[in-house]
Amino acid sequence: MSTISTGAGPSSGTGLPGVPNLGRRRRPVESVIKAVLFCAALLSVLVTVGIIAALIKPVIDFFREVPFGDFFTTEGPYAVLPLVAGTAMTTVIALVVAVPLGLGAAMYLSEYASRRARKVLKPTVELLAGVPSVVYGFFALTFVTPTLLQDLLNLDVGFTNALAAGLVLGVMIVPTVASLSEDALSAVPQSLRQGSLAMGANRMQTTLRVVLPAALSGVAAAVVLGMSRAVGETMIVALAAGAQRNLSWDPRDGMQTMTGFMATTAGGENPVGSTSYNTLFAVGMLLFVITFVINMISIALVRRFRQVY
Amino acid sequence: MSAAVTTAREVTEAVNASVATGRSRDRGLASLVFLGALWFSLFFGVMVLVVLILDTVITGAPRFDGALITDYSSRVHPESTGFRAGILGSLWLMLFTALFAVPLGIAAALYLEEFSDSNRWWNRLIELNLQNLAAVPAIVYGLLAVAVMAAMGFQRTGIVLGGAIALALLILPVIIITTREAVRAVPQEIRQGSLALGATVWQTTWRQTLPSAVPGIATGTILGLSRAIGEAAPLIIVGLATGVRFDPEGLLSEITALPMQIFSLTSQSKEEFQVAASAAIVVLLVMILGLNALAIFIRNKFQRSW
Repeated sequence: MSTISTGAGPSSGTGLPGVPNLGRRRRPVESVIKAVLFCAALLSVLVTVGIIAALIKPVIDFFREVPFGDFFTTEGPYAVLPLVAGTAMTTVIALVVAVPLGLGAAMYLSEYASRRARKVLKPTVELLAGVPSVVYGFFALTFVTPTLLQDLLNLDVGFTNALAAGLVLGVMIVPTVASLSEDALSAVPQSLRQGSLAMGANRMQTTLRVVLPAALSGVAAAVVLGMSRAVGETMIVALAAGAQRNLSWDPRDGMQTMTGFMATTAGGENPVGSTSYNTLFAVGMLLFVITFVINMISIALVRRFRQVY
Repeated sequence: MSAAVTTAREVTEAVNASVATGRSRDRGLASLVFLGALWFSLFFGVMVLVVLILDTVITGAPRFDGALITDYSSRVHPESTGFRAGILGSLWLMLFTALFAVPLGIAAALYLEEFSDSNRWWNRLIELNLQNLAAVPAIVYGLLAVAVMAAMGFQRTGIVLGGAIALALLILPVIIITTREAVRAVPQEIRQGSLALGATVWQTTWRQTLPSAVPGIATGTILGLSRAIGEAAPLIIVGLATGVRFDPEGLLSEITALPMQIFSLTSQSKEEFQVAASAAIVVLLVMILGLNALAIFIRNKFQRSW
């Protein structure tokens, strides 16, 4: 120990380095531990590689038997476009619910709530994310469709429909949108607000015309991430949206989504390795690619809003 | 919409009171409507939650009996079906998920926070990858677990090992991210003090940083596990059956899980199955809320302010 302190002496012009020259002396145990920890971190990359590897072989098997054109088409047993359309429909409805509600909650939490109120309210909103999605699915099926849509609103909806699934999906992703938007809004420097208020603007004008535009890329990231959650959510749509492939633009119809199809196929009687079983992986690959692209957009947007200030 | 208007009206009164004190600048009608809308969006979710819980408890009320947790599921007698296999299965899955995910997650987080140089491209790749993994759909982790099981040579589906692998991979990013935040919250002075006394980086991490971060890590881990316990999508892919009528015995024993049983009951049209599903949901929510409460308790009890 003492050799280090005498050897290093007062540090010359490097300021306050976190670790002063500990790399100079070899420490085998330390290196081994570091390597082990590095492997644990590397595992996360391996998981991604693993997902792709896991998907690729069945997907290749699938496309060997089913031509590309039979997959990306609207009709036929392997057509994926009706599933994509169902996913798009439920996602759009979910965003219509979640974006205003999530953004409103975020604006209240960051601009209006006192510190103490925020400490209570934020975890309360986040409770919504803790409810299991199968419970939301059950709720959509047994309450939202029969009681809310059919009895109270008198809508002519089926037992399973995209509307109920989308609405409940929207409620589920409110915390995702609210939490990330709140971070972005809170990161806007106080001086911008003070400037706006000093010019005579009230809190609403400050929030809507100064803080929100300044935080726009962060808010956009929140919305995009919420969209990714909605695209990938399974149990709500598997239960409430229905299991019939339907290329319709009427949200009152039942529709099957990509994730709903995967749940049905995996839970059904399909022998492993058969073409119908491999469809599962083809759809899974498509889902992974879509959510991957959406996530990357969201991450890039977050980077941008962090760098502005 | 009418709900929004009434809320706005209530808020108007509340805010008028604060205008009188001169604390608020929200005088115009537009401002008040806006504030009302914000209030509405904040409480809408909570309202849904309350309706959901009330509706479930009322529907499930006739089934709050002992058989609910002590009996196995029964298709013949839906009015007395139980969830013993599902509850035990969920607990077993949680145990092994924690055993797989927690050490790995903490190790990865410690590397990223204490050892890595964030300017290196591979460390940045790991960061980016983690952010992405946290948002990968749960059902895709099911496909991955199927592949991992196949690679390990297990042909049987629906066993504890497969489910635990899927859930562990699912919550690994959550644990890494929360652990990093807990570790980052430990003040730099503690590390510097330890290093100044001649401890190595690992000694500092193991004896100073990690113990200080334990409450935060525990909170994050429990929240991750409470997410895992409610997840059904990857378990469907891994092939968990729903009609299991025996207790889990080991890593290779066939099991079911509570969310799986709820899923299969929900698809049944018979009234008694819906009641049973509601009762099972109450059991599941109690487990999850219990875990959340534990996390909050740990955070409040052991959180240090530096």
